[in-house]
Amino acid sequence: MSRLKSGAQIVLQALIDQKVDTIFGYPGGAVLPIYDELFSSEDVRHILVRHEQGAVHAAEGYARASGKPGVLLVTSGPGVTNTITGLADAMMDSTPLVCITGQVPTPLIGTDAFQEADTVGITRPCTKHNWLVRSVDDLPRILHQAFHIATSGRPGPVVVDIPKDVQFAKGNYRRPTPEMLKCYQPRLEGDETAIEEAVDMMLSAQRPIFYTGGGVINSGGRACTLLRELIQMSGYPVTSTLMGLGAYPASDPQWLGMVGMHGNWEANHAMHKCDVMINIGARFDDRVTGRLDAFSPHSKKIHVDIDPSSINKNVRVDIPIVGDCAKVLEVMIKVWKDKSVLPSGSHEVEDWWAQIEQWRARKCLAYQDSGNVIKPQYALERLYALTANRRDVYISTEVGQHQMWAAQYYHFQEPRHWVTSGGLGTMGFGLPAAIGMQIAHPDKLVVDVAGEASALMTIQEMSTAVQYNLPIKIFILNNQYMGMVRQWQELIHGGRYSHSYSESLPDFVALAQAFGAHGIRAENRAELDSKIEEMIEIDKPVLFDCRVDPHENCFPMIPSGAGHNEMLLSTDPDERTAVSKEDKTLV
Amino acid sequence: MAYSSVPDTGESERHVITVLVDNETGVLARIAGLFSGRGYNIDTLTVAEVDTDKHTSLITLAAIGTPMVIEQIKAQLGRLVPVREVVDFSMGIPHVEREMALIKVVGTGEKRVEALRLSDAFRARVLDTTHISFVFELTGASDKIDAFINLMRPLGLQEISRTGVTAIARGANTNEQE
Repeated sequence: MSRLKSGAQIVLQALIDQKVDTIFGYPGGAVLPIYDELFSSEDVRHILVRHEQGAVHAAEGYARASGKPGVLLVTSGPGVTNTITGLADAMMDSTPLVCITGQVPTPLIGTDAFQEADTVGITRPCTKHNWLVRSVDDLPRILHQAFHIATSGRPGPVVVDIPKDVQFAKGNYRRPTPEMLKCYQPRLEGDETAIEEAVDMMLSAQRPIFYTGGGVINSGGRACTLLRELIQMSGYPVTSTLMGLGAYPASDPQWLGMVGMHGNWEANHAMHKCDVMINIGARFDDRVTGRLDAFSPHSKKIHVDIDPSSINKNVRVDIPIVGDCAKVLEVMIKVWKDKSVLPSGSHEVEDWWAQIEQWRARKCLAYQDSGNVIKPQYALERLYALTANRRDVYISTEVGQHQMWAAQYYHFQEPRHWVTSGGLGTMGFGLPAAIGMQIAHPDKLVVDVAGEASALMTIQEMSTAVQYNLPIKIFILNNQYMGMVRQWQELIHGGRYSHSYSESLPDFVALAQAFGAHGIRAENRAELDSKIEEMIEIDKPVLFDCRVDPHENCFPMIPSGAGHNEMLLSTDPDERTAVSKEDKTLV
Repeated sequence: MAYSSVPDTGESERHVITVLVDNETGVLARIAGLFSGRGYNIDTLTVAEVDTDKHTSLITLAAIGTPMVIEQIKAQLGRLVPVREVVDFSMGIPHVEREMALIKVVGTGEKRVEALRLSDAFRARVLDTTHISFVFELTGASDKIDAFINLMRPLGLQEISRTGVTAIARGANTNEQE
């Protein structure tokens, strides 16, 4: 009988067997037995956050920057409800998370006990799967299944809800077995006939474009290597979604920049005019497509996605290929080599490239500089210039204008160096995500490009960064507005800036000091470079208050209800197309 | 509302779909939540355990939507972890569909006689009777049940309980994977 373990010991053993060395969490009554095991554990490091939302975003940052699942531990009731935003965020952005939650003891479930919440009920729509563990005998199996489901197929968050009596109960531990779940078998190999047809279509294209997404990064390093090989072999242009930045190096001449609502002029026009679109691991999100009936009207579309429900959801495609990006790309490259009669990179699409160069010449990211006032774009250009010599810089963001500017002006060469909230658009994501990224890469520079409004949503996690000596840099582009809200109010709501201006903002330098971190303020161009260098050099968490032009807007922009060929480049009245009343209702 | 709101111009169709699931707690909530959360229309839904050894249940549902929506419904169902198989009988699979209804009719005199006469024509069974009421049991395709109910309306129809449609493929083939 000595081999029996308590439920809490089983949790720890399962974490060790799943090669988890770090978890994020916050204790409470219903998880105390597991915390008691953590007290003496030398194998699992626990990072104490200041709010459970911080734990889940930190776990996301850790997962996205490392490629491993992020793990968090929270208590019942409010502990769980505080994680909902992060779980929904991970669900939208396909981030593998294992969220272990305490629950009131089994006999109390359903009695409105203290700190009771229907965890599986509340988290069901924002997880890939979830479990309430009613018996310690089920615990090892469920924990191992949880890791398998979170990390395989299209990754996502899972919740394992463990009542306190199950944590105390004794049971047998079982190691993970390769046994597959009968009901859960994600399809990894793409259909070979479809791949052959796709390659034929690609080879006969006159105006092809690769449109890649976060699925390539989730598939792994090998998928990114294969993607680069295929694109360079073809000589075709490539664009990517916000989530896919870094899968293809931004320094390469075939790279057109990001696609979508704030994407590059050349990328969006190429998407509009192409005759063959090769979508690898992207999902035709509404931020990418704009008005659907105006989306790439003349193209045949190939769509590679591991999730069958992404196929034909928003946009009807000609050749769907369900499978893992790396496995599909491998076959694609082989078939391409067999079929292509031309040497690598010399496919005859010169006319198409000539057209693209014309779009490129428009220099859509140019902006009007204004004396000694710091433009937010300028701040990011300088941040990039002063950090580009370091090979490994990891960038997270909050949500809003600064996020789009970061995507436009920070040029990513490698996958997993860019972590942002894409699908859910969660303000307050970047600061705790940076904590997770710094833990995954302790010796690298981690910068959260933030806005002052977003940063205040999870600012308490500065305390976590200080506690664990995590030298994250919170680079706040402070324009005193919820900038993207203000931009939409300017464009669509007659300049009535309803509640988008933050009065009584804190003194961020003093706030940094209050946390025991380092505060820096930059108020003009002349001092910006030296302040950024100070931020990089200091081995402490930094709150950087970068005072920027409060009225700057983010361009290019595809306005509500418009197509890719109807981009705005400025607020110049000649450039602006009127947004119709109908389109104003769109978000 | 989505950024792009181009209406789906396809014609709505009714599809009978079976979903074989692991019979675990909450599986029905997952399916119901999927329909409500994504705004799909569900017409009927029936569920019962079909294999006690394998702990599997079969859910039969009738969903209404354009071809694009029906395709999404099936893909989204397939994405749920406890779902083993999704079969759309309305995609040309020869099959039989049945539904059962319990129908209470209250009345006397001519109306009562007419109700009984019609029930005979529809091969309904009388499960319960008093001097002023009948409970009929009727099994058949949904449109047959609709027709019977409409006939009962002027004859004192009081209450209806329907199971929703259930379906199975014709012939020796089984849909269930081993």
